[in-house]
Amino acid sequence: MSSTAELEHASPPAAAIYLTPPEDNYLTHDKGVMSWIFTLDHKRIGILYMGTVLSFFLVGGIFALSLRTELLWYNTPDKFHLDKELTLNLYNNMFTLHGAIMVFLFIIPAIPAIMGNLILPIMLGAKDVAFPRLNLMSLWIYWIGGTFFLYVLLGGVLHYGFAMFGHPNVNLPGGMGLDTGWTFYAPYSTTKSLAGVVPATLGAFVVGFSSILTGVNFITTLHILRPKGMTWFRMPLFLWGLYATSIIQILATPVLAITLLLVVAERTMHVGIFDPAIGGDPVLFQHFFWFYSHPAVYIMILPAMGVISELITVFSRKHIFGYNFIAFSSIAIALLGFLVWGHHMFVSGQSPMTDSIFSFITFSVAIPSAVKVFNWTATLYRGSIRFKTPMLYALGFILLFTVGGLTGLFLGALSTDVPLHDTYFVVAHFHYVMMGSMLFAFLGGMYYWFPKIFGKMYHEQTGQVAALVVFLGFNLAFFPQFIAGTQGMPRRWATYPEQYQIYHRFSTAGAYLMGLGLFIVAGNWIHALKRGNKAPPNPWGGNTLEWHCTSPPPYYNFKKTPAVDDPYALGAWEYVSEEQGWVPRHSEPPPLAPPGQNVAITH
Amino acid sequence: MSTASDTHGAAAVAEHGDGHGHVHHSPHLAHHFDSPEQQFMSAKLGMWVFLGTEVLMFGGLFCAYSVYRRAHPQVFEFAAHDYLSTKLGALNTIILITSSLTMAWGVRCAQLTQLKGLKICLVLTLMGAAGFLVVKTIEYTNKWHEHVWVGPSNRYYVARPPITYASLPPRTILPDNSADANAGTADAAQIRPVASGAGGLNSNYANPPETVFKEKDLTYDQLAPADQKNVATFFSIYFLMTGLHGIHVVVGMGLITWILIRANKGEFSSEFFTPVDLVGLYWHLVDLIWIFLFPLLYLIK
Repeated sequence: MSSTAELEHASPPAAAIYLTPPEDNYLTHDKGVMSWIFTLDHKRIGILYMGTVLSFFLVGGIFALSLRTELLWYNTPDKFHLDKELTLNLYNNMFTLHGAIMVFLFIIPAIPAIMGNLILPIMLGAKDVAFPRLNLMSLWIYWIGGTFFLYVLLGGVLHYGFAMFGHPNVNLPGGMGLDTGWTFYAPYSTTKSLAGVVPATLGAFVVGFSSILTGVNFITTLHILRPKGMTWFRMPLFLWGLYATSIIQILATPVLAITLLLVVAERTMHVGIFDPAIGGDPVLFQHFFWFYSHPAVYIMILPAMGVISELITVFSRKHIFGYNFIAFSSIAIALLGFLVWGHHMFVSGQSPMTDSIFSFITFSVAIPSAVKVFNWTATLYRGSIRFKTPMLYALGFILLFTVGGLTGLFLGALSTDVPLHDTYFVVAHFHYVMMGSMLFAFLGGMYYWFPKIFGKMYHEQTGQVAALVVFLGFNLAFFPQFIAGTQGMPRRWATYPEQYQIYHRFSTAGAYLMGLGLFIVAGNWIHALKRGNKAPPNPWGGNTLEWHCTSPPPYYNFKKTPAVDDPYALGAWEYVSEEQGWVPRHSEPPPLAPPGQNVAITH
Repeated sequence: MSTASDTHGAAAVAEHGDGHGHVHHSPHLAHHFDSPEQQFMSAKLGMWVFLGTEVLMFGGLFCAYSVYRRAHPQVFEFAAHDYLSTKLGALNTIILITSSLTMAWGVRCAQLTQLKGLKICLVLTLMGAAGFLVVKTIEYTNKWHEHVWVGPSNRYYVARPPITYASLPPRTILPDNSADANAGTADAAQIRPVASGAGGLNSNYANPPETVFKEKDLTYDQLAPADQKNVATFFSIYFLMTGLHGIHVVVGMGLITWILIRANKGEFSSEFFTPVDLVGLYWHLVDLIWIFLFPLLYLIK
């Protein structure tokens, strides 16, 4: 697998590597269910993750829509003559499961497990990740952990189902649901909450190991399996994002593991770690929990930022601006992210000195994120921008991440956080960064790599319309929540004062609109799988190595490792037609702009 | 890590036309690696990264230990002195360090293809691990008999008064900040004022429990009443830390047994000894964690 070309100057990729259609591709190579469940092929593992992760996204989304429907009226139980305690408990279950499923089973695994597995080895010109069997293990562990959550879900649904039909005391498996909030705060979770805490935390514990093992795998792959000529600073930025993510995964997730074990121990064996009556401290739980969960949000966003770096470059036909800054800022975010967990605990009673230190460091962690945003906009400047569906999501990301990031500063500043804590302002903030940013990057990445992974092109106009609907729906859903939060609307409340109802109504309308948009996206993909046009090897004109193989890739990825080039030297390709996509430029490449001139590489 | 499954087996290797020209290579070389050296480097790096995660996981417990030790030093002094046997702890330490020695020796034997030496060393390591677990069992049984088990079966466990909805103050939708919501309730007497000054994590620093120091060893009655309620927490921490460590020892025994079985089949030699190396690393970490546990729990008085 040695490289086939010298690397002093960019050489166009050899045509033979990618124009030769393989006898079969990774999707058709082995047949049968067993060949999928026991596969060692990173691409198949990525596809399996995709199916599971998207299913959990659907479940979490259904819970979200249920919540938003309940919140349409300020006094839903009274208005519809429902049993108040039952309704409020059901509401608690809904938001807890919405949060827990979305965080642990969707957002954290999505980009690393799906796109990381599918694309990372191909971007390296490698045949697989460093530890393929460990990769399969990660997948199985994720399935097992997810099953625990399904068990809790079932328990909750059955319990309330029976209760609503007049049988409130039926003894059920699944622990009758989970009502602690996804943050499982002690002492409620360790004492009085519904019993679903134990299987749910064990499920999160198991899923955490999936995350850890994926991190181990990616770190080793990126260190050892880079091809000759691909130094760290010739790596695509998506891989820098995954590398930084993996560092956080291996350092932070074990702390969550031990925290969850302590919750289970306290719940089952009544050890007193978090019980103040026997010398424990519930605030200690918060410290442990947020020590993981704050870095976790960077696990969520760093891969997304990596995707955006790829999308912005390719769809503005420009070399990324400030490669080194973006690479280093990924590492900076990963490291600084470990120092700020206390900003979730400003009102927990910790000392003012502690509060101030965390607030100060929180401001510093905003800096690398801003560096990235400025580099992306500098990349866009004087670029030749094409508004394909992935680009729409990338542009949406930049806007929504800016909003989410700036509102994070309100929450990171100590004095403004105190009135905003536990209000809808916080809810809106994290949905802007988790959904508006991460989900948009995820959808952008899915559309971008869809032709590569499946060999089919989706219908572009439908994709663009769906992106717009999702964008509008998202903003309608969450922007009113900022205002409601500043007016004092608390989070996690099923009934609320009437003055907030109008905000909730806008929000619910937006949620349904966004749901509609996402269903159009799903339909777009399903239709493309069945009836899409055949995708060329390089539909977008990217220069990272995955565009040097066929769409879909053969099961072995590459016969020979392709020549390693600057991943953003887009001038090596020229556009031919919709069917053939971009092909290597055989004529003399256009003269590169003199260094310092920030212009597009147009063809 | 040895061969991948046949999905990418020898036939695929032949059709690959690998750049390095030859098709014959060690059966242990996985197809997606260029060379055995690269594969070995990967395995080592992966193992070290994984060990890092283990350190972080135990780190959480060490953190809990430090927080509670700092908050309740007398509790730790009393309970550790009265219930933890330094001699047994020291014996365990010696056993584990020796087993680490035999494990490292075993890795060396594998590197030099001294298969008999490898098997002997692995067996000795296993015996050490078993010995550790025997001593641990003795300790745990003692604790059971002295009624200082984990949780409510601990003689020092103080049951908490149950919180009922009736006992909580009435809730208003918009908080009325004019009065302290807890004033006049049954809980008010138990709520300590918040430490606001150079204080720290909790109000124990504002109102430290008063304990009289004596020349002789601390007894239970000498502890402040507030501290007396906290003794059970020491045992919780003790059992959690040593228990989690013990689980890792059992897992380690499983791994060493697996390596022993493979060694008996003749799988290891100077060309390929990666699994022995990696299990050795794991075992050294287990030993290292104990080396921290022992002084923190048993020795600091």
